[in-house]
Amino acid sequence: MSFELLGEAILAGVLLGCFYAAVSVGLSVAFGLLDVPQIAHPAFLVLGAYGAYFLGSFGVDPLLAGVLLTPVFFLAGLAVYRFYHAAFESRGTDAGLRGLALFFGIAFIVEVVLILSFGVDQRMVEAAYIGKSVALGVVRIPMRMLVAFLVALVLITGLSLYLSGTFTGRAIKAVAQDQTALALMGADPVRIKQWAFGIATGTCALAGALLIIVAPVEPGLGRLYIGRTFCVAVLAGLGSMPGTLVAGIILGIAESVVLTSLGASWAPAVAFGLLLLVLAVRPAGLFGQR
Amino acid sequence: MVERFARLAVKRWTGFVVGAIAILVVALILARVVGNEYFFFAGYVVLQFIVLATAWNILGGYAGYVNFGSGAFFAAGAYTAVALIKGFAAPLPVQLVAAAAVTGLMGFAIGAMTLRLRGIFFSIATVAIAVICETVVLNWGFVGGARGATVLQPSTPVFFASYTRMLFVMMALLAVLAVALARFVETSWIGRGLRAIRDNEEAAESVGVPTLKLKLFAATVSGALMGIAGAPFPLYMNFIEPTSAFSLNYAVSALAMPIIGGTASWAGPVIGALLLGSVQQIVTVTLSSELNVLVLGLLLVAFVIAAPEGILGLARRLSGKGGAK
Repeated sequence: MSFELLGEAILAGVLLGCFYAAVSVGLSVAFGLLDVPQIAHPAFLVLGAYGAYFLGSFGVDPLLAGVLLTPVFFLAGLAVYRFYHAAFESRGTDAGLRGLALFFGIAFIVEVVLILSFGVDQRMVEAAYIGKSVALGVVRIPMRMLVAFLVALVLITGLSLYLSGTFTGRAIKAVAQDQTALALMGADPVRIKQWAFGIATGTCALAGALLIIVAPVEPGLGRLYIGRTFCVAVLAGLGSMPGTLVAGIILGIAESVVLTSLGASWAPAVAFGLLLLVLAVRPAGLFGQR
Repeated sequence: MVERFARLAVKRWTGFVVGAIAILVVALILARVVGNEYFFFAGYVVLQFIVLATAWNILGGYAGYVNFGSGAFFAAGAYTAVALIKGFAAPLPVQLVAAAAVTGLMGFAIGAMTLRLRGIFFSIATVAIAVICETVVLNWGFVGGARGATVLQPSTPVFFASYTRMLFVMMALLAVLAVALARFVETSWIGRGLRAIRDNEEAAESVGVPTLKLKLFAATVSGALMGIAGAPFPLYMNFIEPTSAFSLNYAVSALAMPIIGGTASWAGPVIGALLLGSVQQIVTVTLSSELNVLVLGLLLVAFVIAAPEGILGLARRLSGKGGAK
């Protein structure tokens, strides 16, 4: 591989990586901070993408659709957590096997419902910035990657500021560290966790819109993103926002380099390979203390 | 005292063995008398799910390690068979043994991963293995790659009217053997050790349960059985391609059937597979195959929430005995 090609691959990888960070940021909150085995996260992403597609058929811009759907996803997240809490956490039973099976089942149901209502064909959206590209020196960058990159940065920075700057945000971080201590301080850990899970699910609306902006989607796409999102969330060191961004970029570059050197058919295995490597070598992740 | 226990054990197994032989005889008779070929086509799938669900339960139900990658083990078994057919025109028994060896090794590998990975991390690693396997097969031209490969059924053996009937009886035999193996694991000290691991691995280790050995054993047996379930698949279908072989349906079924039937006992996966497998066959034919998987997902979620002990637990509660085993 020539030096120039490598440089191009790395640049594309950084853009792709920020996008991966955006789709994983909700998982970093739900799984990293709250310890909920949220395997259905990628399925919600795909659901968000189809939401943008559906609104797009009425002429709504995909990004606007993502913003519009965020409150809906937030409420859905509240409901899912309520359900999960009532079924497992409040009973004090070990949610282990059954919690996993529950979210696996939810992911599966979302996928099948999408197949039943939209079919298995790939779907894409129309927007002014899809299909164009801008020249940066000798390299041409597709506009849609640039849009995804910018929105991803806004999403992650916003969430990061929220978690460290506001009272509720800090309560979310606190509930991850010590639930009993938070209860002693007079905050209700269950309500805080429910709120945080709502936010985590809410990000799936906008991130899902990015998903369909970057590439066409099909109902089974969620399975590929199980690897990517968990790879980023685990590599980030469960719950760290800057970590999520760095981990996303690492995955993006790795995938982009493999794509240009070995070919597209090997790219899906990169995330899973990296995930296995991280789990084997440093399960605490880059920025994790656990 | 010891004698009494021994007699009890013999009694416990005689009933099972008699039942197993009866099932095989029935399968043989059915292969002779039933005229409708579709019966064997559907029956084979239900029996195959009994093997798959039983295999999943040995690691997932007894030891509590949730495998989301059952589809990859199934497909690895099927593709081992395809490679042997293409390479050496190997007969079916050789394919079965080779498939068991390959997926047994894969099972051993995921068993070794349990050293560092537990809970959700283990489960995600199994998804990772599934996707990596699928990528390898997609890029492996010898077994057909993404286009798939056609496999010709060999000449039909004597006694059977068609090759599918022979496969049906063979799968019945494999199902009986798999269930017998699961029953042996469950009722022996191995099962007690695995349950101890599921309930509290640290505590089990500290009282001297050889946790690593038991986990490796359970993962290897579970993996090998899944491969065996998949090995006859190419000959059954006459054709194989990655998307259907790695279908998510296998991964979900392998997990949903034991959970719906009840993970505590060998009978749970059998009940789950018989029930869901038959329902699936009926819904697929009468309605649509998408609806059939939707039913599967909804049932899984409903049982996980409302009846954690599965159908077996419900039955026990209804009969008034109550309490977990």
